[in-house]
Amino acid sequence: MPTTSIALDANPLLRFILRRADDALVLGHRLSEWCGHAPMLEEDMALANIALDLLGQARALFAYASLVEGAGHDEDAYAYLRDSGDYLNLLLVEQPNGDFARTILRLWLYSAFMELWWQKMTRSTDKHLAAIAARSVKEVTYHLRHASAWVVRLGDGTPESHQRTQAALNLLWPFAGEMLTSEPDEAALIAAGVAIDPETLRAAWLERVKAVAATAGINLPTTPFSQQGGRRGHHGEAMGHLLAELQYMQRTYPAAQW
Amino acid sequence: MVSRLTRDQARRIAEAVPDPELPVLTLGDLGIIRDVASSGAGVEVTITPTYSGCPAMNTMGTDITLALAEAGFGPVRIKTTLSPAWTTDWISAEGRAKLQAFGIAPPGPRGSDTPVACPLCGSTNTREISYFGSTACKALWRCLVCREPFDLFKCH
Repeated sequence: MPTTSIALDANPLLRFILRRADDALVLGHRLSEWCGHAPMLEEDMALANIALDLLGQARALFAYASLVEGAGHDEDAYAYLRDSGDYLNLLLVEQPNGDFARTILRLWLYSAFMELWWQKMTRSTDKHLAAIAARSVKEVTYHLRHASAWVVRLGDGTPESHQRTQAALNLLWPFAGEMLTSEPDEAALIAAGVAIDPETLRAAWLERVKAVAATAGINLPTTPFSQQGGRRGHHGEAMGHLLAELQYMQRTYPAAQW
Repeated sequence: MVSRLTRDQARRIAEAVPDPELPVLTLGDLGIIRDVASSGAGVEVTITPTYSGCPAMNTMGTDITLALAEAGFGPVRIKTTLSPAWTTDWISAEGRAKLQAFGIAPPGPRGSDTPVACPLCGSTNTREISYFGSTACKALWRCLVCREPFDLFKCH
């Protein structure tokens, strides 16, 4: 029996929260795909741990979204009963894992930004978001440390690992700019100190990414940040496949619990 | 109505519940119980999550509810608060000693560079194998003197 999907209203705060919750959920899901497949046991545990942190961040944000929306949607409704067009995550996080280099490069680009973002969000005028940020910033610090160490090992490793790392960076770079851009409906939230303008973090993000890339011996591409649209629900083909896997159980057996 | 005396009793029961992942520690040792208050006819226990995605959090709530119900308290409501965020500095001195005795190196104070001592031989000649261990709160380390691997409760 197919379930009906939920559609969301246009409340800017709700959209702001869901954008970040969706980033965490979708990236957490991608990392969980490595469970049992990572190149070694320690890495399997690391990626699963990071995925779990992201899932936890998504849950905290969904719980707050539920409060803000006040429509009786719980965490599961947001995760399992929205279709692709109602998901507001970055295109970067929905890209398929590819090889290990691509998975790590994506985690690195994202964590390097999110560490700055959560740090700033601990001073959000919204007490709920500030509390979620206070915990998330500690977690993302480990994620960034882990991913940065791998970027250096892979980039500065064998000719093959170097080549794959550079190829992964070239492929993902056009998607990275979406993190640095705010949506028009976020302007009032930024003015009120609830949200922060990601543009203000661009220089710091670029600087830290440059520093790790230099140590790893890989070059930052000069291609433009051309890929955007996830924040408004415009997703690529990969997103549909991801949701099919993520939502299968609740769509097939509505309200199933265990 | 739950009197002050019974409220203290309820708090002791909640604090004595063992951690589901690290049963040598009680939830009191772990420092996650913020408040036990009377709520109508029952009690409300406020807890702070450790890690965002820690799967033990739900079990902790259930275990507290069961322990209190067994002692005759009910209904029990578990409230989760995110702020202030939990830190490993809230683990009691007794809790640290229990971790050490169990073979898990306790976390150092936050913001300090205390060397990690092997919980088996005490040597600080140790090295990190992986920052991510068997649970979100632990890292995998190795002692270079007695050669044994061990878990470190991460400073958080």
